[in-house]
Amino acid sequence: MAKQRNIEILVGAFMAAGFVALFFLAMQVSNLSLAGMDEGYRLTARFANVGSLKARAPVTMAGVRIGRVEAVDFDPRAFEAVVTLRIDPAVDSIPMDTFANVFTSGLLGEQYIALDPGGSPDVLVDGDEIMHTQSAMILEQMIGQFLFSKASGDG
Amino acid sequence: MLLDPLARLGRSGLDVLARFGRGHQLLLAMVLGVGEVLRRPRLLIAQVYNVGVLSMLIVGVSGLFVGMVLALQGHYVLARFGAAESLGLMVAASLVRELGPVVTALLVAGRAGSALTAEIGLMKATEQLAGLELMAVDPVRRILVPRLFGGVLAMPLLAAIFSAVGVLGGYFVGVGLLGVDAGAFWSQMQAAMDVREDVVNGVIKSLVFGVVVTWIALFQGYDCSPTSAGVSRATTRTVVHGALAVLGLDFVLTALMFGG
Amino acid sequence: MMPSQGPGDAPGVRGEDVSAGPSGGARASATDDVLVRIRDLTFRRGERTIFDGLDLDIRRGAVTAVMGPSGTGKTTLLKLITGQLRPDAGRIEVDGVAVHELDKAALYRLRRRMGMLFQSGALLTDLNVFDNVAYPLREHTDLSPSLLRKLVLLKLEAVGLRGARALRPSELSGGMARRVALARAIALDPEIILYDEPFTGQDPISMGALVSLIRQLNDASNLTSVLVSHDVAEATRIADHIYLISQGRVVAQGSPTEIAAERSTWVRQFMDGQPDGPVHFHYPGPALAADLLNRGGR
Ligand SMILES: Nc1ncnc2c1ncn2[C@@H]1O[C@H](COP(=O)(O)OP(=O)(O)OP(=O)(O)O)[C@@H](O)[C@H]1O
Ligand SMILES: [Mg+2]
Repeated sequence: MAKQRNIEILVGAFMAAGFVALFFLAMQVSNLSLAGMDEGYRLTARFANVGSLKARAPVTMAGVRIGRVEAVDFDPRAFEAVVTLRIDPAVDSIPMDTFANVFTSGLLGEQYIALDPGGSPDVLVDGDEIMHTQSAMILEQMIGQFLFSKASGDG
Repeated sequence: MLLDPLARLGRSGLDVLARFGRGHQLLLAMVLGVGEVLRRPRLLIAQVYNVGVLSMLIVGVSGLFVGMVLALQGHYVLARFGAAESLGLMVAASLVRELGPVVTALLVAGRAGSALTAEIGLMKATEQLAGLELMAVDPVRRILVPRLFGGVLAMPLLAAIFSAVGVLGGYFVGVGLLGVDAGAFWSQMQAAMDVREDVVNGVIKSLVFGVVVTWIALFQGYDCSPTSAGVSRATTRTVVHGALAVLGLDFVLTALMFGG
Repeated sequence: MMPSQGPGDAPGVRGEDVSAGPSGGARASATDDVLVRIRDLTFRRGERTIFDGLDLDIRRGAVTAVMGPSGTGKTTLLKLITGQLRPDAGRIEVDGVAVHELDKAALYRLRRRMGMLFQSGALLTDLNVFDNVAYPLREHTDLSPSLLRKLVLLKLEAVGLRGARALRPSELSGGMARRVALARAIALDPEIILYDEPFTGQDPISMGALVSLIRQLNDASNLTSVLVSHDVAEATRIADHIYLISQGRVVAQGSPTEIAAERSTWVRQFMDGQPDGPVHFHYPGPALAADLLNRGGR
């Protein structure tokens, strides 16, 4: 019977370890607390080109994360990408003339949206659109332009 | 004479089909026997012990080293492109989505699956299963079902332990040895990893692997020819078939989950 | 070393719940004193025909011995009676029910009324002797632990192994394992017990004890016993009826005295154990000389 009890204790410890690991994966590795940001407010922004921006990419301001990309849609009439952002409710005074850029972390890293605050006293509220946007830098285009300018410079 | 090879091919094809059918029959019978584990939780505890507790050491150690190697190799590549900050993301994504479930399933197939096959096969060879049947005790329900559910329960927990230990190992190497910024390590990871897309999908994968690996192990034992050579062949088959099934299924599941 | 308790005293599971399905009608005819009726049984293993039109009756309350050369299919016969194997043709009825036509649930209900002693013992190697004997009781009854303990110890006492209760099957000798298996087979107080070679591996003393135990179990509770054995002397000592089978058929049958009086050469050779005669010691095959000269395959 003592043996049976030891087995039960070990199994209990194993299950506890397993659940702690799952909890760790959910909270620390994938940050469940930010994922459930349904209470935040929505902004949209239109870009001529978003590169490889994906839903769930971070939205940062001054390098600090303040929200996530909720959706990336295509507007078939304007031929533009419409990006929906979900912003942390605590960040509730983003100026109207804020600039949205699609940046890349590192040279080949994931793409994210960086907000560059303007100086307007009016603030963006739920459902507003960010009017000033800067498209993603496309590596191939940049290289192409570089080579082209190099070539024309030489010539 | 000329047709002999053809006949042999046909015969082995039919054998494979028949075995496939018996395997599914057994799975069905085991699933229908779920009530048994609910009625006798003690049997389940013993099997979680056999599959889970006894595999924990090898799974934990493997996870640690896989995480550390991932960080080492990943850093080497990422640093060339100035993206060393993404190291945490790379380690976590590979572990949670792929390596955790897959490597754990392979380890369990080798560590616990082969033991299950040998145990059941030997019980068959020594007429213990027939003895149970003659005591009006269904060996499928009493012997196989708790083992199946023990495996299915233990597998996701083992995979989670593997991934969690692996991430910590990656952190240790990346941040501790290679000097990646700790904040960036975690924040990049947290920014891109999603609970539903990554963690839950990983758990689903390892649940499927748990069913398949334990099922193959139990079936091979239950269906083996009751001799020492038969049991040893069945044990080998468990490891080979289990590994192939895990790898093949992983491809299918990955395509379904992350392909779109 | 006599069993201190008749197997009938135990709180039985032999109640209304265990009657095997459609046997109601057959049971009503209590005049039918044949418990197991085998008719025209045919059974094949691949190319080899093990039974070919076998007829055999096992009477209620009697000890029936089935004897025959090694490899004739005595174990196979027991497996057929208990529904582990299905016949290719013919009928096997236990208490009026065709065993081979039962579904799994009904078969299991019927098996609760049967005990079988395997040639190999078939003990559960993960459990000690006590738990092995307790296993069927724990499975099929709700006895209190103290009652269960008493019952198991009595069964073990009957086979002379009460002192070995804490041993594991791997620590038992072959003969001891078989006796533990016997204690387990009688744990549920079955109506019919099938013994497959209970005497092999027993020394003269435990052999004598086993013989009287089998007889006593049978008489104390109107049990029906089927005894498969090579042991001519012991079998004739306790059997009420003897079947001699060979090459898939019944060669002779009758009470021990009738068999002893039987004059056919086959029966005499088998019963008296003479190496020469119509019974072949060898498994069927080509003649030795032909086989030795054959350089071909194997
Ligand atoms: N699983 C099997 N597959 C194929 N043939 C078998 C199998 N089991 C038994 N046989 C064959 O069936 C025949 C009868 O076997 P069985 O075990 O019933 O003999 P037996 O009369 O009990 O012999 P013994 O007295 O030696 O125990 C044997 O000739 C054997 O070759
Ligand atoms: Mg035999």
